[in-house]
Amino acid sequence: MGPSSSRPEAIKAIPIRHWGRWIAAGVIIFLAFLLAFSFVRNPHVEWQTIWHYLFSDLVLRGVAVTLELTVISMVIGAVGGTVLAVMRLSKNYVLSGVSWFYIWFFRGTPVYVQILLWGNFAILYPRLFLGLPFVNVVFASVDSNKAISIFVASILALGLNEAAYAAELVRAGIISVEKGQNEAAESLGMSPGLTMRRIILPQAMRVIIPPMGNETISMLKTTSLVAVISGHELMSNITISYSQNFKIFPLLLVACIWYIFFTTLLTIGQHYLEAYFGKGFGDKEAAAAEKRAMKRLQRKNGVDPGVF
Amino acid sequence: MVKVEQVWKSFGKLDVLKGVDFVVYPKQTFVLLGPSGGGKSTLLRCINHLEAIDAGRLWVDGELMGYRQKGTVLHEMKARDVSRQRAKIGMVFQRFNLFPHMTAIENVMEAPIRVLRVKRQQAEAEAEQLLTQVGLGEKLDVYPAQLSGGQQQRVAIARALAMKPKLMLFDEPTSALDPELVGEVLDVMKELAREGMTMVVVTHEIGFAKEVADGVALMDGGVIVEQGPPNQCLMNPKEERTKAFLSKVLA
Repeated sequence: MGPSSSRPEAIKAIPIRHWGRWIAAGVIIFLAFLLAFSFVRNPHVEWQTIWHYLFSDLVLRGVAVTLELTVISMVIGAVGGTVLAVMRLSKNYVLSGVSWFYIWFFRGTPVYVQILLWGNFAILYPRLFLGLPFVNVVFASVDSNKAISIFVASILALGLNEAAYAAELVRAGIISVEKGQNEAAESLGMSPGLTMRRIILPQAMRVIIPPMGNETISMLKTTSLVAVISGHELMSNITISYSQNFKIFPLLLVACIWYIFFTTLLTIGQHYLEAYFGKGFGDKEAAAAEKRAMKRLQRKNGVDPGVF
Repeated sequence: MVKVEQVWKSFGKLDVLKGVDFVVYPKQTFVLLGPSGGGKSTLLRCINHLEAIDAGRLWVDGELMGYRQKGTVLHEMKARDVSRQRAKIGMVFQRFNLFPHMTAIENVMEAPIRVLRVKRQQAEAEAEQLLTQVGLGEKLDVYPAQLSGGQQQRVAIARALAMKPKLMLFDEPTSALDPELVGEVLDVMKELAREGMTMVVVTHEIGFAKEVADGVALMDGGVIVEQGPPNQCLMNPKEERTKAFLSKVLA
């Protein structure tokens, strides 16, 4: 028996009116407008000054360094974190112990303090030697201040700290992949290393990417802490600037504008990254499947599918 | 092809296998039946060393699985050698365990390319052929999430076959499927048996056992209660437990 041939008339009920919502929205918009209005009209904000400094040399150079620090630290953090996570999950007690200790130590101190420690590294070890211990044989040595420059200290502090947090994220991602995947890969004769690389980690990415995106966005702002060792990023330069011209508020707003701008860009980027790793799990797949079939046929017939 | 001798296996304090003996000859289809918890799946997973046995010996294709024997001493096998042994055995799981981030054809190609070092084009061609053989020639570039259970299981079978195994293990391959989809998977398995593949199948499908099996065994409580050819074991069972099990299943 199929459905009946004539549908009854569609329901045309009068919807519930949510008056409370409309009133609340109205009040909030009004208050927001008042706030914005007072802010814009405030003489201490000095919109002209903000505009002047927004694209100034000092600020732009600071932004560039901030971005460099963010990228390099996140790379160190992500790679280090993955290594640490795999170590932590290993059956080898040495590896898993070392990893545990590292994570415990680097999560146990504030990143602010770690930055100060790396920045003052030369006090602890004035010279770095490459040689054999206890027998006074030295192949090469270097002045710590030169080897661990402010920039190197910054990326070490930020990167190594991030690796400890990233390790827990990656570990959570790896654990989230069901055991059956491991069994299937192993039953096909794939080695544990191959299984991790080709099967487990790609699937773990789905769980790892959103919090990692968060970490990156957070790192963008955490770089501001290296101002304490005069790293030459945005906040360092802004601080130097307003300690000379006393235009504290406008310059802080300049910093805010830049941080918010890049955070927005990163958020959009994360959205696309999640889409890529969510491949195979969502809708719109039929069309994509056809595209892939086309590409394969072309490859088979010796035509280079190229980019479409 | 498979020789199991006095195999014992425990998980903690629980003894799951308590001295199992049987032999599967090449090209035979051997079916393991029995109530849940009887140890059938565990036994299957011991055959390809996904679980290590605690006592006894297990040989596949003349090779001791998972251990190397030097004189009278047993050495644990290195992971690399275990992987090599497993590559000769194909396994199909109850929950399919397809790789969800790869298309059907990529699932089938992956192991030959990475483990057997087959060239990509050749692996792709062979994968296409295998998938067509199991009736999924139109679904090569589809992700597992878009396939029905029966289709997924058939991809899983193709994936196991891509490694050109000498032995195929099936762990309740149709238990997670809707009744309408069971038939298509059983058909593929029957075809495999006809072509002479050595198979050990754990299943509840008595009909399949009657039609295709060369040997049948009933497992309960970690031991084989009764074994023999299907027309003897299933039609005229000798043991009480076998009769009890069959009457429940065939009711």
